[in-house]
Amino acid sequence: MSQPIITCDRLSKRYILGGFRSTGLLSYTPPSLRETISHRLREIRDVVRGKRDRKPREVNEFWALKDVSFEVSRGEAIGLVGRNGAGKSTLLKILSRIVEPTGGCARLRGRVASLLEVGTGFHPELSGRENIYLNGAILGMRKVEIDRKFDAVVSFAEIEEFIDTPVKRYSSGMYVRLAFAVAAHLEPEILIVDEVLAVGDYTFQKKCLGKMQDVATGEGRTILFVSHNMGALSQLCSRGILLENGQVTANGPMREVIEAYFKSASDHRAAQTTFPIEPSKPCQFLSAGLYRADGTPAADFGCDEPFVIRISLEVRRNMLALTPWFVLYNPEGTPIFCSDVRDHDPSITGRLGVGVHSFEIKIPAYLLAPTTYMMNLFCSSHMEQHDTRTSCCEFTLRDLTSARPNRPGVLRLMLPWNHQEEPTHLAMPQPAGARS
Amino acid sequence: MIEQDVAATQADVHLNGRADCLEAPVPPTGIEDYELVIRPQPGWIAIDWREMWAYRELLVFLVWRDISVRYKQTVLGFAWAVVQPLMMMLIFTLIFGRFMKVPTGGYPYPVFVFAGLMPWTFFSQGFGAAATSLANQQALLTKVYFPRLFVPVSAAMVFLVDMAITMVLYAALMVIYGVAPSWGIVWLPLLIVLTIIATLGLGVTLAALTVFYRDFKHIVPFLTMILMYTAPVAYPISIHSQVWRAILSLNPMFGIVGAYRSAILGLEWDLPSLAISATTAVASLIFALFYFRKTERAFADYA
Repeated sequence: MSQPIITCDRLSKRYILGGFRSTGLLSYTPPSLRETISHRLREIRDVVRGKRDRKPREVNEFWALKDVSFEVSRGEAIGLVGRNGAGKSTLLKILSRIVEPTGGCARLRGRVASLLEVGTGFHPELSGRENIYLNGAILGMRKVEIDRKFDAVVSFAEIEEFIDTPVKRYSSGMYVRLAFAVAAHLEPEILIVDEVLAVGDYTFQKKCLGKMQDVATGEGRTILFVSHNMGALSQLCSRGILLENGQVTANGPMREVIEAYFKSASDHRAAQTTFPIEPSKPCQFLSAGLYRADGTPAADFGCDEPFVIRISLEVRRNMLALTPWFVLYNPEGTPIFCSDVRDHDPSITGRLGVGVHSFEIKIPAYLLAPTTYMMNLFCSSHMEQHDTRTSCCEFTLRDLTSARPNRPGVLRLMLPWNHQEEPTHLAMPQPAGARS
Repeated sequence: MIEQDVAATQADVHLNGRADCLEAPVPPTGIEDYELVIRPQPGWIAIDWREMWAYRELLVFLVWRDISVRYKQTVLGFAWAVVQPLMMMLIFTLIFGRFMKVPTGGYPYPVFVFAGLMPWTFFSQGFGAAATSLANQQALLTKVYFPRLFVPVSAAMVFLVDMAITMVLYAALMVIYGVAPSWGIVWLPLLIVLTIIATLGLGVTLAALTVFYRDFKHIVPFLTMILMYTAPVAYPISIHSQVWRAILSLNPMFGIVGAYRSAILGLEWDLPSLAISATTAVASLIFALFYFRKTERAFADYA
């Protein structure tokens, strides 16, 4: 039995929120030069005055990862799930050697390529051809390797005729296709992929997923995959790892991990969610909630009653084509439907300027099957995802009125059965005792 | 059998460079013998030359990217590389040559000043670009791994192309003024290497500092000005006393700019100044490399 290709042993990562730490340089808000100098001066002053027992300044620690241990065997596809801020991205960044862990040790027994963002290092002024080489080199490919795969990349991205056009003239779809195509043709032993399939149109997402599946199953490479798309995860990954507050809380078959994820998410169950303010974001969701038709907040609805999703979005900077949208998931992780602000009025994005915008989306009665649902909220502009809120507004629909409460399927449509009657030639005699 | 195991262990230790993280000997067959260990590494770390060599093509691509992007969508294109030193030469000739009549050892002032402007332009543009390079490339720092040292190095190296262009320009200038280069010009390649060392020494340190303290973005213009007036760019080294020369030589460009003139025009060499400046340059680069390695692991947390 060969050694696992990835071994993580008590990996931890600590961030200091605000404040100053003299022993290292890890913090979300770096101290300014003035703070650093005054801190050093104070240290010198204290030494001069012989003050040794200075009480340490209060620091606000935050463990993005705490004692994360797991192993991955060669050829496995692992899905990493967890709510926002659970530490998924931090873990991927540590394994990609972008950030250094505060504690623990990870061993990777193979060449690693990580795809944490589509199109890292793309330069808008350069042509598609030039960017393929540049991006390939940044992702760790040799020139001969890129030469060899050049045609495959171009045809995968479907941009043959624009290959010598600067990418700043590309449509966002073309840009994303090209960027993913380069990354998809990497040949590492370990591929680390963050939520990159959230970009591009549906057909292309399908194509990317297919490519990743080829990589995982056909070519026998190891994949570590983060996604909020439970459908993609269960399709691609055999095993899953659930991260909660920086710790591994489930590690096993993907299906079980997804179930555990939904269960853990329901612990913090809230049909009305208020999101913490993050001033650095150019726009963010303030709240999302579910209401009955009469306006009272609720988390349980009957299949026979319509209800309303209310979303509040704060825009802090004017952006082109700012688009809030959301996807509803069932407990299996299947996306049930996606709704986009432009669905009824494509021009609405032009009116989403600086300010707080509220939206009301009415979900009609007799549409969704009775089960539990969760919502992922997104706010994107031209090419960027500005705000993502996953697993919010959990709610349950119950079928209390129909004649068949337990039926398979994701929809609960009450379709009329138009009825006509004709006589039959094969009528049978009524058995004795039966009602006539 | 035991011997084989020992041999395997040693092979692995050699590959990893870290014996402490190995628990069981791994048979060195195929891809199994590769292991990358990620763990906190406190303190100073040496430069990983082997990794840099493995990534060498990326350095070439980054330099090439900056070169090809710099003059895209400009009407004059690469002519801009010529315009800047040419304008400097004209202004200096007017002020220092015509109005102040700075002694030039008998050479026409444009020929005199251009010999100093060549290394100075490379140095000032190179370290300035290197200083802001990391802070301007946050996406690269937070989203992908590669030797971070390439970012400031490539940002500075781009200006070697400009320097090559200005050298052609200078040759034309010497032909116009009928000045022949002295035999000392054979030292020029060595001086160019020294200029690169001085540029990277300052640029790499500032690049790392700018990631943590954006204040250094504002410090760069001051630094450029101070270093320029303390280096003999516009005037000959001979106007300073021996004592002042020794002090000013702590500015690496002091000795280097003077030496360019000695090499090209055959002016008297000031070897003590050159020695001090060269030492400062080399020392600053060694410090820069170590400081960069020490801080680079925190770049992504700050950028």
